[in-house]
Amino acid sequence: MKLDDFKLVLPLAALFAAFFIAPLCVLVVMSLSTDSDMQAYTSAHYVKFFTDAFNYSILIDTILLGVKATLVCLLFGYPIAWVASRAGARWQSVLLFLVILPIMTSVVVRTFSWIVILGRYGVLNQIVTGLGLSEEPLRLLFTEAGVVIVLAQVQMPLMVLPILTVMSKIDPNLADASRALGAGEWRTLWKVTLPLSLPGVIAGCILTYSACVTAFVTQTLIGGARHVYMPLHIYQQAIGANNWPFAAAISVVFMIAVLLIVYLLNQLTRLTPDAKT
Amino acid sequence: MPRPRPATDWEAWSLRAVFMALTAIAVVFLIGPSLIVLLTSLTASQSLRFPPAGLSLRWYVALLQADQMQAAAWTSLVVAVWTTLISAVLGTAAALAISRTRSALGKAFDMLFMSPLLLPALAFGFAALVFVYQLGLRPSIPLLVLGHVVVCVPFVLRTTLAALTQLDPALLDASASLGASRFMTFRRVTLPLIGRGVGAGSFLAFMASFDNVPVSLFLADERTEVLPIHLWQQIETNLDVRTAAASGLIVILTLLLMVLAERFAGLTRQMR
Repeated sequence: MKLDDFKLVLPLAALFAAFFIAPLCVLVVMSLSTDSDMQAYTSAHYVKFFTDAFNYSILIDTILLGVKATLVCLLFGYPIAWVASRAGARWQSVLLFLVILPIMTSVVVRTFSWIVILGRYGVLNQIVTGLGLSEEPLRLLFTEAGVVIVLAQVQMPLMVLPILTVMSKIDPNLADASRALGAGEWRTLWKVTLPLSLPGVIAGCILTYSACVTAFVTQTLIGGARHVYMPLHIYQQAIGANNWPFAAAISVVFMIAVLLIVYLLNQLTRLTPDAKT
Repeated sequence: MPRPRPATDWEAWSLRAVFMALTAIAVVFLIGPSLIVLLTSLTASQSLRFPPAGLSLRWYVALLQADQMQAAAWTSLVVAVWTTLISAVLGTAAALAISRTRSALGKAFDMLFMSPLLLPALAFGFAALVFVYQLGLRPSIPLLVLGHVVVCVPFVLRTTLAALTQLDPALLDASASLGASRFMTFRRVTLPLIGRGVGAGSFLAFMASFDNVPVSLFLADERTEVLPIHLWQQIETNLDVRTAAASGLIVILTLLLMVLAERFAGLTRQMR
């Protein structure tokens, strides 16, 4: 890096050193302190987290929530990207515009509209009872299924956009060649298009997953008090219980867990056909 | 030996049908909530039922009297404007440097600046609060803006870097060989060519800041309230139709801003 370029990075690097790296270091020190004065050190908070079933089950629930929401995003996101990559420029823009709309709309507003839809007398229950599919209104709000549905809606663009980017770069001749050699459409999808678009799928999964596990507002408002995930747990310990060292310890555990899964997903990219050439 | 393709390719048809159907379901599921909140906010009654009982704009008129909500909206706007300005300047400068280097240091900077997108924002918000207290400071608007810049600058960086990779270096060489200074080249050649990337990224940063909860929760002082947190408290305490009207207004404004961003910065293309 040349000196002139270094000067250009410097302001942002300084801000990150002072206001990103330093706070995270202080957080780690706090997590190892006996109290918020940070005078004496202990590993008790980590021991407490991993020996108490209530605590580590929240971490596991959060990780599983991320996996479920990511899978729903993939189920719908891949077809959307496939349709968009084959649509004309105008339709592609329209489709992408609709996909981006939810993530642009304020998260509180989005969650609020889902409360109107999922509530006991909400839109969905009116349809279900109206059609006679169920006598009683379904319980959707304050359930994990509700949280998964809402997360999938909100984070969809994070899945669609990376897949579409990779898919538009695939040489269309490859699919034509597959068909000319007698493979049907499904087989071509499975053997040609899907493997070639895998880097996009992995990138999409990484972004969707990390967004879903940390979606504090959605998890809290749709999940309610009985479904506690890691972000709310951190908030309750930090502000509600005012137990800063323990809140710091669970923050560190959570961050490491998220980064570990991102790292593992990233390693999968090495196995894709692109990486071998 | 290849099988001849039949006249009606059922397999091709079935794949298209399945994918189109999944896309159609997803589209309903993506735009439905925004439409429903808009329609609900137009209700003439006191309750949040859908379909609304009679149409009226009375809850929008009621927003004119919602002083607390207006104050919160103003705070959010001020924070978002400062965040966007700082993010745009620092993010573009960093992107220029990162795009010109292939060194490991450049890669490391890129990873560092993008990492707030992957790390739990709430954990960062809490870390920032602990840090601020250790420095003997208290939460304030300027600190809130700095916190927002950390989580919003990745948006500017990403779109600007993407625009810079499309830039033909020959144009910069031509400008330099014609005697233009580095700053002149930046202002007259680079900036016009990457402007749409910077614009789209700034738009995303603005929306992310205006909507931020996890960082604001820790770094906003007791007296100042930002809009998303105010609305959240409204939803948790009294689910009234004024909240729906505010939500409707936000949906309409978001849509307008997105159309403008699409028109002038090619938002959907820049985000890919």
